[in-house]
Amino acid sequence: MPKDIDAKERGIGAATKRREDVRFLTGTGNYTDDINVNGQAYVFFLRSDMAHGRITSLDTAAAAEMPGVLRIFTGKDFEGVGGLPCGWQVTDRFGEVMQEPAHPVLAQGKVRHVGDPIAAVVAETLEQARDAAEAIELDIEELPAVIDMKAALEDGAPKVHDDLTSNLCYDWGFVEENKEAVTKAFEEAAHVTTLELVNNRLIANPMEPRVAVGDFNRATGDSTLYTTSQNPHVIRLLMGAFVLGIPEHKLRVVAPDVGGGFGTKIFHYAEEAFCTFAAKALNRAVKWTASRSEAFMSDAHGRDHVTKIELALDADNNFTALRTDTYANMGAYLSTFAPSVPTWLHGTLMAGNYKTPLIYVNVKAVFTNTVPVDAYRGAGRPEATFQLERVIDKAALELGVDPIALRRQNFITEFPYATPVAVEYDTGDYVATMDKLEEVADLAGFAARRAESEKAGKLRGLGVNCYIEACGIAPSQLVGQLGARAGLYESATVRVNATGGIVVMTGSHSHGQGHETSFPQVISEMIGIPEDMIEIEHGDTANTPMGMGTYGSRSLAVGGSAMVKATEKIIAKAKKIAAHLMEASDADVELKDGQFSIAGTDKSVAWGDVTLAAYVPHNYPLEEIEPGLEETAFYDPSNFTYPSGAYACEVEVDPETGKVSIERFAAADDFGNIVNPMIVDGQVHGGIGQGIGQALLEGCVYDEDGQLLSASFMDYAMPRADDVPFYQVDHSCQTPCTHNPLGVKGCGEAGAIGSPPAVVNAVVNALRSAGKDVTHIDMPLSPARVWAAMQG
Amino acid sequence: MYEFGFTRPTSVADAVAAMGEEDAQALGGGQTLIPTLKQRLAMPVTLVSLSGIAEMQGIQSGDGQLVIGGATRHADVAAGAGAYPALAALAGGIGDPAVRNRGTIGGSLANNDPAACYPAAALASGATIVTNLREIGADEYFQGMFTTALEDGEIITAVRFPLPEAANYQKFLQPASRFAMVGVFVAKFADGVRVAVTGASEEGVFRWGEAEAALSANFTADAISGLSVPADGMIGDIHGSKSYRAHLVGVMTKRAVEAAA
Ligand SMILES: Cc1cc2nc3c(=O)[nH]c(=O)nc-3n(C[C@H](O)[C@H](O)[C@H](O)COP(=O)(O)OP(=O)(O)OC[C@H]3O[C@@H](n4cnc5c(N)ncnc54)[C@H](O)[C@@H]3O)c2cc1C
Repeated sequence: MPKDIDAKERGIGAATKRREDVRFLTGTGNYTDDINVNGQAYVFFLRSDMAHGRITSLDTAAAAEMPGVLRIFTGKDFEGVGGLPCGWQVTDRFGEVMQEPAHPVLAQGKVRHVGDPIAAVVAETLEQARDAAEAIELDIEELPAVIDMKAALEDGAPKVHDDLTSNLCYDWGFVEENKEAVTKAFEEAAHVTTLELVNNRLIANPMEPRVAVGDFNRATGDSTLYTTSQNPHVIRLLMGAFVLGIPEHKLRVVAPDVGGGFGTKIFHYAEEAFCTFAAKALNRAVKWTASRSEAFMSDAHGRDHVTKIELALDADNNFTALRTDTYANMGAYLSTFAPSVPTWLHGTLMAGNYKTPLIYVNVKAVFTNTVPVDAYRGAGRPEATFQLERVIDKAALELGVDPIALRRQNFITEFPYATPVAVEYDTGDYVATMDKLEEVADLAGFAARRAESEKAGKLRGLGVNCYIEACGIAPSQLVGQLGARAGLYESATVRVNATGGIVVMTGSHSHGQGHETSFPQVISEMIGIPEDMIEIEHGDTANTPMGMGTYGSRSLAVGGSAMVKATEKIIAKAKKIAAHLMEASDADVELKDGQFSIAGTDKSVAWGDVTLAAYVPHNYPLEEIEPGLEETAFYDPSNFTYPSGAYACEVEVDPETGKVSIERFAAADDFGNIVNPMIVDGQVHGGIGQGIGQALLEGCVYDEDGQLLSASFMDYAMPRADDVPFYQVDHSCQTPCTHNPLGVKGCGEAGAIGSPPAVVNAVVNALRSAGKDVTHIDMPLSPARVWAAMQG
Repeated sequence: MYEFGFTRPTSVADAVAAMGEEDAQALGGGQTLIPTLKQRLAMPVTLVSLSGIAEMQGIQSGDGQLVIGGATRHADVAAGAGAYPALAALAGGIGDPAVRNRGTIGGSLANNDPAACYPAAALASGATIVTNLREIGADEYFQGMFTTALEDGEIITAVRFPLPEAANYQKFLQPASRFAMVGVFVAKFADGVRVAVTGASEEGVFRWGEAEAALSANFTADAISGLSVPADGMIGDIHGSKSYRAHLVGVMTKRAVEAAA
């Protein structure tokens, strides 16, 4: 990073330490499980241990008599209540809307995945609830399960939902009008590279499992839900309007400190609706804390695509067309945003960093007897990047050209650039990020490092790739046309107190991203007051304006922009007050370092004088402006932002065991303007860690009967500190976003999007250095898989 | 968990008496048993903690052997079994610090998880499992995964390891649990070499006789270069096939010999 940025002490560009870490690291955070409401009862969910079956009898009478039991709920209790809604309706390539099955809070008639909740026992203690759950008499007639997506689409396959015509949710073509032209381009191509691959199913596993506490106030008739959510207002709207029929003014949703989300805490879950419903039914607060085992079988999973990708090139190695065929697993029900992930968050990214003129993407979304699949860090974009960057590497192999040169040759170099997949990149400089990568990764030194590794009996490989990402999905009108049943703006209320301190109430939600530190930096820059005079409040629908929450790397680009807009209003009003105090025209007032002054005079008033005047309006232009200093703004972006970058990974492979170790990992990202370089580093580190997790370790596996084989950390491998190297991360290439006031692009998902192909490219490169004819290995690249690939 | 009673005797005799009660179960470090209880997969009436029994704690060496109390924690073996460096290293590689500070050698050997480390050391060393009733040679003690020669209520009070001339343990980690996907303990004694393999077989820990014979004649990695165990009977799961595990047995044995020699 440039020196002047590094040296900055406050405001935009300063590496301010994260203030929230003090409470997180000293065990004084306030997580949902820390919330205990007077008189609360506990719920235990009896979940299906079968992937697919018909409930033939469910008798709770004896269990209900067990000690401490308040009531046992089953699907019957929810017959009059809406099911969990899906927030995105995809229209297929024939103009038909997707098949959208009901998603009951508790199973009605059938169970459709291991972990599907069947009954909920509410008791005085959790152990009593568990005891009673064991006394429930339940008979399930087991039905054949569909697990494999292609098998699920075959004629005569068992249907996950009896009332749908098949297990196909939708068959989406994008851009359907391009299809013919793409076919023709393939016929005319000088070379076609084809690759079939799997984007492995993942389980997000945030450190904090999901928790919900429902409360009901009989005196006021108000319901409150405390929940582990990335977007409390979205939960309030979905659950209030579509599930339980509670209007927003009678429902408060609080998402306090949240211990990691990674996407899986975006969605509205059955347990949230249950606790809110049961609290009212019993007039008792009801608490649920997921065990880790429950998290494995009830948190929405991520990825799970099976893809065939084809790249057409002309005789000069220019990309002429791209075609993909993807099967995307939806699981047993549609989770909140599931349909959007393989479509609008995936197809629109298939151009990547390249000027491929013709692209056609086909996606078949499939119901199976597995846990619902939805957005996970990157959501659709990692899947797009992985295919594209793998097929380019394979093309380079087949053509015998340098993979970096092949990429450079096909880079988009002029901006704005309208892709053939409907989006327009505003800015970027892919040559600059690749140049920067070559420098920070010391690619020139690779040959020498490989020679060293070979001396030690190890195979060394280098993998390089680019990525493009789309953050802050918007504008609302467009996403509405694409099927979103929500807007994608963000809100902020900036409340200036009488003595000059500021509280920002934002609709964004921080669950590890550091908003409490970076958002004040922006206001500090704008007003010129210390960051510690500014506090961020988020997560409580009772005191924050309607907001859409945090996902898709949108908080600073969208939420931060709303805050800037509100702060601009504050400054404009404050200048009027200052002008009055200085007996000057507000057009002449300047604000710098927390002082208002009139250019060319020695007149000045301090920020605190103005804020005090706003609330103690003795000497105040009351005929012109109201007292007080508080403004709200809603910001709806005109476009996505498009961060991009180039990543390099160096691995060593133990040829005897197939074990891969990541020796070096470098990232050159373009996030536009940077507010806090240290937080950006941290976001990239975390993202790369998860990307390495996906590439080397993590794999959610079902057997053919739908039993989850990777149902605990004994079998689901999370990355640990010693699985990752020290990263070289650079974000000095900065092409600011042109359409938001901060010029920022978003950095939360980049690492997870950009890193998996680099790892796989590197391992393939390492094996080929030993003469192995390997062109692809499916993730996770476990020692066993790498060894098997080496055996040919 | 279901409700259970708890007692913490201070002598082996009292522990044996407590274990005589109906559905009493010994509690070592709880690193296997407590998760089992949390999942409601076991329903003991009383847990008899062995952690307060002084005579089951600690490490003594002399007479060419090392005696470890049955309730000695992995961390204490890692720090205190200097007379048997390969064993100390093995203990130091079990789980994480939290596991090593609670888990015990007696608990590990009683449980006989097919992927556990200590069974390989005990079998390769020809150790003797000492209980409140008798002494059991390692070759008789291990009887297949999660199965041992222990009778109901029998307590491992100590484990006696003869000290080899050279030894080494090589553990190839299962990526998720970091238990042994394949672990090989090689121990060279004056009268021959013993090789015990954990993690790999559906039968639990086993001795690789062919390798033992070859290494007893010539204690070098080359001596076993042509040898392999059959894939049949190996564990095949989502982490690796039977043939991969069979392959790893060869690699890990070779590396253990190289490190020991
Ligand atoms: C995260 C994690 C990682 C681990 N990694 C490894 C690893 O890499 N390698 C490895 O080998 N192990 C590993 N373990 C297992 C660990 O070593 C356990 O400590 C061991 O399996 C059981 O020992 P314990 O003292 O905790 O026994 P407990 O859990 O208390 O008991 C286990 C069983 O043994 C019985 N028992 C306990 N003590 C005695 C005794 N003295 N006599 C007779 N019966 C007794 C109990 O009744 C019970 O049936 C791991 C465990 C965890 C939780």
